[in-house]
Amino acid sequence: MATLHTRSAARLMIAPSVLLLLAWMIVPLAMTIYFSFLRYNLLMPGMEEFAGFSNYSYFLTDPAFFQALFNTLAIVLGVLFITVVGGIALALLLDQPMFGQGIVRILVIAPFLIMPTVAALVWKNMFMNPVNGLFAWIAKLFGLQPFDFLANAPLMSVILIVAWQWLPFATLILLTALQSLDEEQKEAAQMDGAGAFSRFIYLVLPHLSRAITVVILIQTIFLLSVFAEILVTTNGGPGTQSTNLTFLVYAQALLQFDVGGASAGGIIAVILANIVAFFLMRMIGKTLEA
Amino acid sequence: MARNVSTQRKIVVTVVAWTIGILIFFPILWTFLTSFKTEAEAIASPPSLFFFDWTTENYHEVQSRSNYFLHFMNSVVVSFGSTLIGLIIAIPSAWAMAFSPTKRTKDVLMWMLSTKMMPSVGVLVPMYLMFRNTGLLDTRTGLVIVLTLINLPIIIWMLYTYFKEIPGEILEAARMDGASLSKEIIYVLTPMAIPGIASTLLLNIILAWNEAFWTLNLSAAKAAPLTAFIASYSSPEGLFYAKLSAASTMAIAPILILGWFSQKQLVRGLTFGAVK
Amino acid sequence: MGSITLSKVSKVFGAHAVIPSIDLDINNGEFVVFVGPSGCGKSTLLRLIAGLEDVSDGDIVIDGKNATELPPAQRGLSMVFQSYALYPHMSVRSNIAFPLKMAGEDKAVIDKKVTDAARVLNLTDYLDRKPRQLSGGQRQRVAIGRAIVRQPKAFLFDEPLSNLDAALRVNMRLEISQLHQDLKTTMIYVTHDQVEAMTMADKIVVLNRGRIEQVGSPLDLYHKPDNLFVAGFIGSPRMNIVSGPAAAAYQAHTMGIRPEHLALSKESGTWQGTVGVAEHLGSDTFLHVNVDGGVGTVTARVSGDFAVTHGDRVFLTPDPQRVHRFDEKGLAVR
Repeated sequence: MATLHTRSAARLMIAPSVLLLLAWMIVPLAMTIYFSFLRYNLLMPGMEEFAGFSNYSYFLTDPAFFQALFNTLAIVLGVLFITVVGGIALALLLDQPMFGQGIVRILVIAPFLIMPTVAALVWKNMFMNPVNGLFAWIAKLFGLQPFDFLANAPLMSVILIVAWQWLPFATLILLTALQSLDEEQKEAAQMDGAGAFSRFIYLVLPHLSRAITVVILIQTIFLLSVFAEILVTTNGGPGTQSTNLTFLVYAQALLQFDVGGASAGGIIAVILANIVAFFLMRMIGKTLEA
Repeated sequence: MARNVSTQRKIVVTVVAWTIGILIFFPILWTFLTSFKTEAEAIASPPSLFFFDWTTENYHEVQSRSNYFLHFMNSVVVSFGSTLIGLIIAIPSAWAMAFSPTKRTKDVLMWMLSTKMMPSVGVLVPMYLMFRNTGLLDTRTGLVIVLTLINLPIIIWMLYTYFKEIPGEILEAARMDGASLSKEIIYVLTPMAIPGIASTLLLNIILAWNEAFWTLNLSAAKAAPLTAFIASYSSPEGLFYAKLSAASTMAIAPILILGWFSQKQLVRGLTFGAVK
Repeated sequence: MGSITLSKVSKVFGAHAVIPSIDLDINNGEFVVFVGPSGCGKSTLLRLIAGLEDVSDGDIVIDGKNATELPPAQRGLSMVFQSYALYPHMSVRSNIAFPLKMAGEDKAVIDKKVTDAARVLNLTDYLDRKPRQLSGGQRQRVAIGRAIVRQPKAFLFDEPLSNLDAALRVNMRLEISQLHQDLKTTMIYVTHDQVEAMTMADKIVVLNRGRIEQVGSPLDLYHKPDNLFVAGFIGSPRMNIVSGPAAAAYQAHTMGIRPEHLALSKESGTWQGTVGVAEHLGSDTFLHVNVDGGVGTVTARVSGDFAVTHGDRVFLTPDPQRVHRFDEKGLAVR
């Protein structure tokens, strides 16, 4: 359809979005880099001075940083595991003939549509609260001591909440991919003598591999920046037990007002995200292009 | 799966699926039910499921104690606003890329998507400072600007995939039928593109409504959307479960309903079309 | 009205010349079929005539006027696409009316023309339905209806029957031929199916790799193919092509004989062989015979039922009047 537009008309139509996104990419990031080399605290304005790499070294040698790094990885891997395994299981279940499948689909998808702050608060108060929560009540029913989720297992609790929110996403993607598996292929496998388990390993799983890769890639991108759930439940605590990198930078920027330090942290977060993305894309590149 | 599944098996599957579905949905259901309880009832032990005195006092209290309506409108303005502006910028771009592709088009699209992968926290500091210095902090305008920027790549990508699906032959048929370029666009191209635009609009409203990083950090009392407003319940005083439930129910209801209608779009939008 | 001339028309994509150079005359009212294997350029040629693609070189003259630079809308042609390309958001009525609407015709005139076309094509009951509610054959007819109402100088058909099942294809073939009888408008029809070509065409253009192999009436091509390609392409089952000593016996480098021109006998004949596969259709019998002496597999057709099976010995005699001779370059020697 080269007859539809001249080259320059097309470029004109693309220009606004390209320029906007270019500015969005470059300007704030450049400023962050600039700030990261300053000793700059909002509580002591006018005292900015060039600080070299000291912000970076402080940030990287802070024990909280390593904890945050570990927590970030834990959240990503924990949620990925729960959602991929759970997603495959749910997708397989939903693919079966049943009554009222449409309604079950809606029930399963709903958590993804809940805003993170609501989800986190509902879990924190109405389920996990050791005094008034439902889990506490269930524990007491069985004669057990209620478990203070957020105090004793803050990271796991956050993982649980985030996984609940993302399970529908994985399920939906995997279910869609599952339903594109040719019925006749499954029948051919049955004729070839493959039982249900063999069919799953040799037919279903390979077919799903592309969808699984997509789920992992996209979820990882979003899971690296989990924020609201932490803010609203544990505030990163106790101490830094549930602080991830995003929260750590936030705390430095908006709680301690350490612009320089937070900027350095922000840059480190960007670098780490790029490294993860690079390796992910490498591992995944072939499957996606297929 | 065998084409003729026994009814017995169907029933077993149905029971299992419904049980799991209800379990997953339960927190939402519980929130909805709790919103109609009194605060005392909300923390009663043993907890009651359906049989209690239903009351709407919480809904009234939430509205009167805090300016719920303001925050609701903030969410509306910010999500609809950023979506509409995003569409205005994105439609010409996606159009041009779908119908006049060049060798660079795929690269440009990939680059745009990659901007979405930048961690927001990396630019939190300059954004906060810029907004503070330009008076955009705690304004609806500021939030609209940011949400437009972060969602623009998805809007463009979704529109691009929808536009690409319009069969070229139908547009050629219009040309054979004597349509000039403008008539081709008005009578054939646009009507066929409308469903795709509507789907993108729906998806983006959902994403913007639920955004919980920039809305939390760049807003305060005046422009806080519902995400931030609910966050204020994280350390309240006194009994609040029922009120939290009421506020939450009101906050999530619109999106639950929208999402009902947008399942396919969700898949396409969030996987960047990689899975249909 | 409806005469089209192509002079030195060529189409180049990048470094690849899909159509090197074509000269062709199409007379008013003719039913011309472009036929050839996949990738031979027949659809490209059609699209060049339609104006959907620009020529790289050469001229297209329609009714004496040079139309090479004209956009499709101004050439006065109608096209029926392989996928029908109906407007999914419009009703059948609106689909058919669309060209007239684009031409700015009066509403009353449009209504009348649409009703007439619908009646001719048996679509009157479906006028208010959307394309997705129609069967393949019905969509076909809507596409044809949309092409008819403009009263074009020529109709262009791009493999219109490929997406239909076999029975429907036969019906639609007849309908299109009937349409041609009724309207007497020039029709250019692209297909890879030589049966469609033979049964529908006034003139067949056989294309191979962007070049015209031969132009002629169906029977011309059947009786007098100019080269091996046309000989092998036209006629079903394929002409038997034999080279080597067996061909030398007929004073040719390569000789061809159609299956229907072989006389079969159980007693004597020019060639002797063993029956491989025998296909009994009741009305005809097709024998695939492994002929001795290095001649190879030869297909023979007998009318009615011929009682042989796999393994039997038979004799085949080519009718000397019907033998085709070809030289080393594959060209016919007459």
